Amino acid sequence: MSEITAEQVAHLANLARIDLSPEEINRLTTELGQIVDSVAKVAEVATPDVPATSHPMPLTNVFRPDTVVPSLTVEQALSGAPDHDGDKFRVPAILDEE
Amino acid sequence: MTNLIKLSAADLSGLLADRSVSSVEVTRAHLDHIAAVDTDVHAFLHVARDAALATAARIDARRAAGDVLGPLAGVPIAIKDVLATQDMPSTAGSKILEGWIPPYDATVVRRVRDAGLIPLGKTNMDEFAMGSSTEFSAYGPTHNPWDLDRIPGGSGGGSAAAVSSFEAPLALGSDTGGSIRQPAAVTGSVGVKPTYGGVSRYGSIALASSLDQVGPVTRTVYDAALLHDVIGGHDPLDSTSLTDSWPSMAAAARAGLADGALKGVRVGVIRELAGEGFQPGVRQRFGETLALLAAAGAEIVQVSAPNFEYAIAAYYLILPAEASSNLARFDSVRFGIRVNPAEGPLTSERVMAATRDAGFGPEVKRRIILGTYALSAGYYDAYYGSAQKVRTLIQRDFDAAFAQVDVLVSPSAPTTAFKFGEKMTDPMAMYLNDVTTIPANLAGVPGMSLPMGLAPEDGLPVGLQIMAPAKLDARLYTFGAAVERLLEATWGHTLLSQAPELAPTEMFASEEGVV
Repeated sequence: MSEITAEQVAHLANLARIDLSPEEINRLTTELGQIVDSVAKVAEVATPDVPATSHPMPLTNVFRPDTVVPSLTVEQALSGAPDHDGDKFRVPAILDEE
Repeated sequence: MTNLIKLSAADLSGLLADRSVSSVEVTRAHLDHIAAVDTDVHAFLHVARDAALATAARIDARRAAGDVLGPLAGVPIAIKDVLATQDMPSTAGSKILEGWIPPYDATVVRRVRDAGLIPLGKTNMDEFAMGSSTEFSAYGPTHNPWDLDRIPGGSGGGSAAAVSSFEAPLALGSDTGGSIRQPAAVTGSVGVKPTYGGVSRYGSIALASSLDQVGPVTRTVYDAALLHDVIGGHDPLDSTSLTDSWPSMAAAARAGLADGALKGVRVGVIRELAGEGFQPGVRQRFGETLALLAAAGAEIVQVSAPNFEYAIAAYYLILPAEASSNLARFDSVRFGIRVNPAEGPLTSERVMAATRDAGFGPEVKRRIILGTYALSAGYYDAYYGSAQKVRTLIQRDFDAAFAQVDVLVSPSAPTTAFKFGEKMTDPMAMYLNDVTTIPANLAGVPGMSLPMGLAPEDGLPVGLQIMAPAKLDARLYTFGAAVERLLEATWGHTLLSQAPELAPTEMFASEEGVV
């Protein structure tokens, strides 16, 4: 069995910036344990001599010509934002009062 | 009068070209059918009736003026909601993007428009393409046209249901672990996952960037090839796009319709994808198809891919890892909804966490947490690092197999369409649906699903998966068209002609602006 605890899930949720309810944390602790147990089998064949593949069709040095092309207007870029002020995204305070 | 909605895109293309029908007539016929049946099917999240008719009228005017148009000009198409469309909401099936209208088109959407196709609307999907049934769509599931109590597959169940219920002759899908091929299998339609990098991903809302690939969803192999020719090829806006020049997939499909096209083709049967865990009717139809292929002159070769056993495990580490990173962009600042926490100070971090709690559904949360775990310090090597090694081993299995054979075949999915709710409470049971399709995504090779019959025990469609070496998508179309011709000649009809007629319901639900 994996050793995933509710504290660990709460920590992961914090890292992933998702407010989970205590019920969600409990359910995910159980589910995550089961999933991790079944995916851990990758270690059986992943021996040190096998190189890792991060990309199925690797490409290197993908460049485009350094020329200016039309991009989104400010209006377009802001069109889907939940809040904006003039030509800027408006966001809640970055830092807490403390 | 011909029933326009039952015609293939290729047949519609002919009628449009010689002006036997107008694009407005064709488009209206499909929109009317959507209005009649989509309350029950729910393939669409958004139907752009007025825009579609206006686009169709423009194409008709251009044709009347003598403009040279592509073969699919005037043919309607449905677009999976994962693709950005600048005139229609693009939600990827998630509440977090409810109502979002992107300021740009995905490259494939742009190409479809430039080729004169008529976008009808956006199709339903599991949230951010995470799922095999559309039950994880935040907007309710799509229903399988063969049996409305069953799932249409996923994540692209909306696109597959749209073509198999004759709401559209063509659709666009995306396939990260089977999201084009498994829905095709369970709805009796055709779906192709191209070689990784063969079709642009620009404007496709990212799930797992090293696995995602956009592709055609259709009712015939030839239609898929025609659509592939429109959307494929290098795109400088996608840094993973291959710069290769590609042969015409339509020409490749036509080559498969020649007599003797199957003679001498070496067909590999993957031992690991044919036995345990497969429904009896799926195994039976697969065996019969192999016998037909052998009788037509193909050489059936048993091959082994020993590391495929580890594919699901590797996939459910790599995908959540990449997804947890990709979905970090939903930060309640640039697009999507913003939800304030119920109490406490309003800081960006806390608003982001409250938004993601309210905006993401259970499967998305599960995979983000799993991916965050797999990428954590101390676990990275054991999980994500090992999964990447398995990916190498699976590529080697494919290399060894393709050294012996021209194409590989397997059932597209282990079972026929299951009932709603059957696998919702057991994530691992849901994940096992993709056992057959995941290896192609991990290795980047192209795969196709086409119908190979109905399972005797439930009368539901069974799909044949064909895989070819990377970049040899054309071979899929040649072989696929030949198999389709052989099967239909044996049956005396197409598989979809056996689907029940859908009864029309009251006409609203799918009108513009429901979502």
